[in-house]
Amino acid sequence: MNYLNSIKIALNALKRNKFRAFLTMLGIIIGVASVIVMLAIGQGSKKSIQDQMAGMGTNLIFAFPGGEQKGGVRMGNSDAQSMKLSDVEAIEKDCPAISDVSPEVRSSGQAVVGNQNWPTSIFGVNNKYFNIRKYTIGSGRSFTENEINTYAKVCLVGKTVVTNLFGKINPIGQTVRFGNIPLLIIGILGEKGENGMGQDQDDLIMAPYTTVQKRILAITHIQSIAASAASENLNAAAIDQLTKSLRSSHKLKDKAADDFQVRSQSEMVQTFSSISDIMTALLGAISGISLLVGGIGIMNIMYVSVTERTREIGLRLSVGGRGNDIMMQFLIESILLNVFGGIIGISLGIIATKVMSSILNWPVVITTISVVMAFLVCSAIGIFFGWYPARKAASLNPIDALRYE
Amino acid sequence: MNKSIIQVNQLKKDFYVGEITVHALRGINLEIKQGEFVAIMGTSGSGKSTMLNILGCLDKPTSGSYFLDGISMGELSKNELAGLRNMKLGFVFQSYNLLSRTSALENVELPLFYNPKIKSKERRERAEAALEAVGLSDRMHHMPNQLSGGQQQRVAIARSLVNDPVVILADEATGNLDTRTSFEIMALLQDLNQKGKTIVFVTHEADIAKFMTRQVVFRDGHIIREELVTNRNNAVELLKALPIDETA
Repeated sequence: MNYLNSIKIALNALKRNKFRAFLTMLGIIIGVASVIVMLAIGQGSKKSIQDQMAGMGTNLIFAFPGGEQKGGVRMGNSDAQSMKLSDVEAIEKDCPAISDVSPEVRSSGQAVVGNQNWPTSIFGVNNKYFNIRKYTIGSGRSFTENEINTYAKVCLVGKTVVTNLFGKINPIGQTVRFGNIPLLIIGILGEKGENGMGQDQDDLIMAPYTTVQKRILAITHIQSIAASAASENLNAAAIDQLTKSLRSSHKLKDKAADDFQVRSQSEMVQTFSSISDIMTALLGAISGISLLVGGIGIMNIMYVSVTERTREIGLRLSVGGRGNDIMMQFLIESILLNVFGGIIGISLGIIATKVMSSILNWPVVITTISVVMAFLVCSAIGIFFGWYPARKAASLNPIDALRYE
Repeated sequence: MNKSIIQVNQLKKDFYVGEITVHALRGINLEIKQGEFVAIMGTSGSGKSTMLNILGCLDKPTSGSYFLDGISMGELSKNELAGLRNMKLGFVFQSYNLLSRTSALENVELPLFYNPKIKSKERRERAEAALEAVGLSDRMHHMPNQLSGGQQQRVAIARSLVNDPVVILADEATGNLDTRTSFEIMALLQDLNQKGKTIVFVTHEADIAKFMTRQVVFRDGHIIREELVTNRNNAVELLKALPIDETA
């Protein structure tokens, strides 16, 4: 049997019923397009989460108090006062895998300028913190060692705070009051936008940690430690070294539990990625069902088509077509329908994805693997759902088929 | 003496319908030589259709032998029979059996598609030649629904000719046509027969059978009469005799 001939015969048969062929393909077209779009949305959201996490600093490691016990009573994390500045200094000294480390103290409250006020947070940090959290200095300057040592009343403000308190006035050199403490604005932070969870990362004020500790919170401990690993590969080593350093600083015995917790950004990236992987799988499965329905639609039409074309099959058998030839014809018809439908569906899916990303601004990523998969699945559906009707056509008795009314 | 195209000896065919056995053919002996134009006649149930199915290699006999162009079909597999139909036989049916929405030319090409030795160029040339032979060279790209019944049957005849078969098997080929068109088709077949084609024509109409060289009459699975046609009708002359405005 000549396969080229089989393909020609199948193509001719499809050409005779263009509209029906198109309607049959529609199921596959929609199925494939929705698979492509859904996977693109899933992959896109995963990528956007990863990007935003990376924007927060991929090497980021947090340590905060936790798991502390006082006389057998386990304390909550927030009121634990176990972390000291000396811990930070020890980490700086003990941990070669950590490039930058900063103490962190936070307070929230109302920032006031003239007759304007705005609820925001103040972060007390050292000047390595900008690097750790991937903040840039948009304009102005960061604070100096001397300012840290003297609890200087200086601060840097985020874009959101600037917009709400100053409008179009340049805030550098102005004073903002936070909890009745006047702070001189020495710089503006570069814009970061929202993070992966929709939090505005520009709605904050940064001041020397000493200033926040002594002047605003009136405390001597620090609330958490932010550090960054020297490189992404050193993440695990950095966490290990930081844990050891903190344990030795806190004089914990070998068997004692940590009185602090360590979280790294890469862990969070993994968590969120796996969530969006599940979402992608779910979306893919739902659109996979529509692909399956499309496949059944093709089987249905092929089956009806075998019955409707019984006489044609009888004629083909009588002029010398063998059972195999008839089988190939119907199988190839089914495969062609699926493959054409698949190609149209893939193009449509890609177009829909592009439209969606440009109009709705959704993050989308079309991966080669999803296109290849969709195409392979289509061909497989063509063979799988074409097989039964083709088998039926091939097994017809030519005498009965010729007489079929 | 012309060579034997069809040689049938003691051919029997039984059908089993539930517990009952139907003897459709009860020992047929028949020889058809090259260049003959044979009418197979008989009422319905006489076994003539069964005979045609076996002659057409669409069905196998229960017993007996059948040689087509020297090949014994009893030992052939299903696929080999299909090959035999493709190379040696041409079929013409009562209801034409053309593929709808397919041009006359493509319909005629159909049998050649199943012959892997023939390339597309040769296929086209042979189909064009066959359509010319039936006088439809100006209708090659017409669809069946743009053709009259007689023209459709001509396309079907062209299709049966295209593989240059040793015998053309026609099954009530004029059954759906009016008298004038029937005569036209018979004129065409007589012309083909004149040029050497062997034709077996199944019919129950006695006046159609008069166009042929020999009549074989079936009844209840036997051949009851077999005779050469004397006073053979000439279709071209009969056409001239028909009133011209008959259909108008």
